[in-house]
Amino acid sequence: MKTLSRVYMWVIFALLYAPILVLVIFSFNKGGSLASYTGFSFKWYGELFRDSVALDSLKNSFLLAVFSALLATLIGTLAALGLDRMRNKMLKSAVESVTNIPMMNPDIVTGVSMMLLFVAFGAILGLRDTLGKATMLIAHTTFSLPYVILSVLPRFKQFDKTLREAAQDLGCTPMQSFLKVELPAILPGVLSGLVMAFTLSLDDFVISHFVSSPDFQTLPLYIYNQTAHNVKYSMYALCTLIIVTILALLLVINFAGDFGKGKKRKEGAKK
Amino acid sequence: MKKRLSFLERAAAVPHLVWTLLFIIGPLLFVLYFAFTDNDGAFTFANIAHLSSYAHIFFVSICFSVVATAFCLLIGYPLALAMARAKPSTQKLLLVLLMLPMWISLLIRTYSLMTLLDNGGLVNSLLRAMGLAPWHMVGTGGAVVLGMIYDFLPYMVLPIYTSMTKLDKRYLEAAADLGCNPCQTLFRVTLPLTAPGIFSGITMVFVPSISTFYISQKLGGGNFDLIGDTIERQFQYTSTYHIGAAISLVMMLLIIASVAIFGRFADKEEEGMLA
Amino acid sequence: MRRITAFLLLVALFALFLPLVVSAKPETVTLYVYNWGEYISDGSEGSLDVNEAFEEWYFETYGVKVQVNYSTYSSNEDMYAKISSGAASYDVIFPSDYMAARLISENRVRPLNFDEIPNVEYIDYSKMFGDEKPYYDPDMRYTVPYTYGTVGIIYNTTMVDEEDIGSWDLMWNEKYAGNILQFNNSRDAFATAQFKLGCSPNSLDESEWRAALEELKKQKAVLQGYVMDEIYNKMENGSAAIAAYYAGDFLTMYENNEDLAFFYPEEGTNLYTDVMCIPADSRHPEVAERYINFMLSEEPAIANAEANYYASPNRLVYENEDYQADMAEVHEDAIAILYDIDGLKTEIYENLPPEQLTLLNELWESLKIKSPINVSIVVMAGVIVGGCAAIAIFFAIRRKKRRRIVAALWQ
Repeated sequence: MKTLSRVYMWVIFALLYAPILVLVIFSFNKGGSLASYTGFSFKWYGELFRDSVALDSLKNSFLLAVFSALLATLIGTLAALGLDRMRNKMLKSAVESVTNIPMMNPDIVTGVSMMLLFVAFGAILGLRDTLGKATMLIAHTTFSLPYVILSVLPRFKQFDKTLREAAQDLGCTPMQSFLKVELPAILPGVLSGLVMAFTLSLDDFVISHFVSSPDFQTLPLYIYNQTAHNVKYSMYALCTLIIVTILALLLVINFAGDFGKGKKRKEGAKK
Repeated sequence: MKKRLSFLERAAAVPHLVWTLLFIIGPLLFVLYFAFTDNDGAFTFANIAHLSSYAHIFFVSICFSVVATAFCLLIGYPLALAMARAKPSTQKLLLVLLMLPMWISLLIRTYSLMTLLDNGGLVNSLLRAMGLAPWHMVGTGGAVVLGMIYDFLPYMVLPIYTSMTKLDKRYLEAAADLGCNPCQTLFRVTLPLTAPGIFSGITMVFVPSISTFYISQKLGGGNFDLIGDTIERQFQYTSTYHIGAAISLVMMLLIIASVAIFGRFADKEEEGMLA
Repeated sequence: MRRITAFLLLVALFALFLPLVVSAKPETVTLYVYNWGEYISDGSEGSLDVNEAFEEWYFETYGVKVQVNYSTYSSNEDMYAKISSGAASYDVIFPSDYMAARLISENRVRPLNFDEIPNVEYIDYSKMFGDEKPYYDPDMRYTVPYTYGTVGIIYNTTMVDEEDIGSWDLMWNEKYAGNILQFNNSRDAFATAQFKLGCSPNSLDESEWRAALEELKKQKAVLQGYVMDEIYNKMENGSAAIAAYYAGDFLTMYENNEDLAFFYPEEGTNLYTDVMCIPADSRHPEVAERYINFMLSEEPAIANAEANYYASPNRLVYENEDYQADMAEVHEDAIAILYDIDGLKTEIYENLPPEQLTLLNELWESLKIKSPINVSIVVMAGVIVGGCAAIAIFFAIRRKKRRRIVAALWQ
């Protein structure tokens, strides 16, 4: 029984990884074909680093992820603070459920709805090219927000309120007590929210597909365009690099720290 | 005595409220607006009425995602069980192995699956080399379902696995002491206690499968349009925004309904995972 | 401690990317070029990077830094959707003839200042139109031809029998079910059916369009899929045997797979001209005109023609002996396939009137949403839903019974 379940487990994992492994192996193929492996070479990696479109989209992806994560963390942390202090129960639960909408909605609906908003506003304001960097930043911030709030709000709830009162009794102004006592306590939540917003933004394809224009490409959009055209094998190299980076990150996170809970939390929250 | 709140505390949620109104409520209002207006901006039910010609697409999409979800559960539950029974040190590695595909872009995984299954791909080259008949996969409904299973399996396994690790081992021991054989323990104890994990797994597979468009584009070859493809085409190709908005609206309601049904069972699980 | 380390790492990461943002670029003009995929020489495998060459040439000539922002589309309809939605604006676009006509009639492109485009003198319109004027732009005010070409059928000689070729019927042949690729754009897809039926792709008769739709619905059963540029990989690695596509692209595929062959269907086929024009809302029309002129000058024009393998109406290209030699090296009949089209029955797509366009969109939509019903999947789904419902009812009844028993015991 035990061996059977172990065999089953490894077979499923092997199937799960087979296509990815094939992709990785063929990124080192000398020839430009998927049908036959003609020899080991770094040729496609060289091509990749000469492909300015790919490098640009990598840069765009990183910048967008950094800025949207920072913005979402700022707004989200403040929102969690405000929600924690909110006394109107009705308002509070209303805000919380509305915040979760982008998390429950399928990505395609979020993307489409935001595109409609942007295009309509662009038409009203008479803008010529509405979609682009700004709309991407807004969209990415919006879908990251609920995850940030979800990881910060419990920290506020767990925080011992008497500590704050103690600090104020000892002469802290409310601001000081917030900065010196409460903030350090919620910081881990803020950080994991930041990391999560960052990875969500890097990974997003569907929403970006609708709110971006062809002249602002992120990495997933670049990959999408590649797979819709004559795929250059340098894309395989790119995918391999992405996979290796993620693997390294995951190993570091899981075997060196506790940040891995981020993604789990996301999945749990997605329900 | 209630303390007076400082300005920061009172104003903290305001940016978020404004943001929510503008970019969460606002877009949804626009979906509503577009779904109920025609090209001249006049109110109409024509778009919703026109949806009857898309009933077929909804039917096909629901069938595909139901089958994909069921297979994910059938494959994923034993996998989660096997993972939960592994040595603790192995479990950590297994968890990384399970999470890696989740972090790799869906585009990459779907595309690599397609190149593998294509008529000229590795699987068919091997079949041919062994003298067997090639297996046409890409461009069939089976390939689309297979793609969904492949892409979303980890999303089924992870919540089930999490609820299994939280399962109190003493229940299993008690069941065994009371005369249950392993099979009975599995069906009478483990399965009901991990039900919340199953339900959140089901929603996490069902929602993305019913709204996908990349999987059906690549593995279905454009032959098997699902709801996602149809919506995407309305917004990318023919600029028929109004119909697209109407389809999106109906799909959103459909998903909210199914999430609400399954969410009722999965609620506790969420609390547990968030804590 | 770990969290602090992670935090520091993140801070370092941000610091790393900050310079990218802060370093404000010097005053440059950005030229947005929107083109078909695989349509210019992009510097891969040692060729000339046309956009880069333009940037350099422009800086040397005018002393202004220009940055070309180049993006691609895969069908005229995609491009039209982007242009007309107002979601993005471009400076140079490359529509086909019928789409150019539509853009001109809707005032979406601007007249060109030919003082900036002297190289237009090398364009030989008679290649495409004989003695006539291009119908889409009779006064030749808005457009400059970039390439022209024809649609034909590409097939894999190892998978297709010679006796089956020659006609559009090949695309409907059940013998090759699952190995046939059709265009994923309405105009080209409908044209294949219309040529097969012997009607015109410019027909104004609704019944002819509906007949074409019936043909396409019939064809759906034998298709592997509707694709555009994915066709390259599919044909090159033998994933599909038959596909209708543009003649120039056949040569690109042939370079990677010599089993491929090409023929012009006897019923007739489409002759198209792709032109360059400037959208009405272009921010830098003058730079765009210079870009167009640059594309017509000898070195870039030859580089492009040798990258996309399409026929060029540019005398500097087709009269160039090196070009002819290079093409002959790609395929012995390359020049004949591309340029000897006088004997073919060809028809140019005209811009359809609005009613016909609406009809075409409707028919295309109805073709696309008819996903073939996969009986086994539907049955499985039914069984699963039925099973779940049965289980749910079973538990509900059992719970009720138990409650009743408990209630009875209490009493």
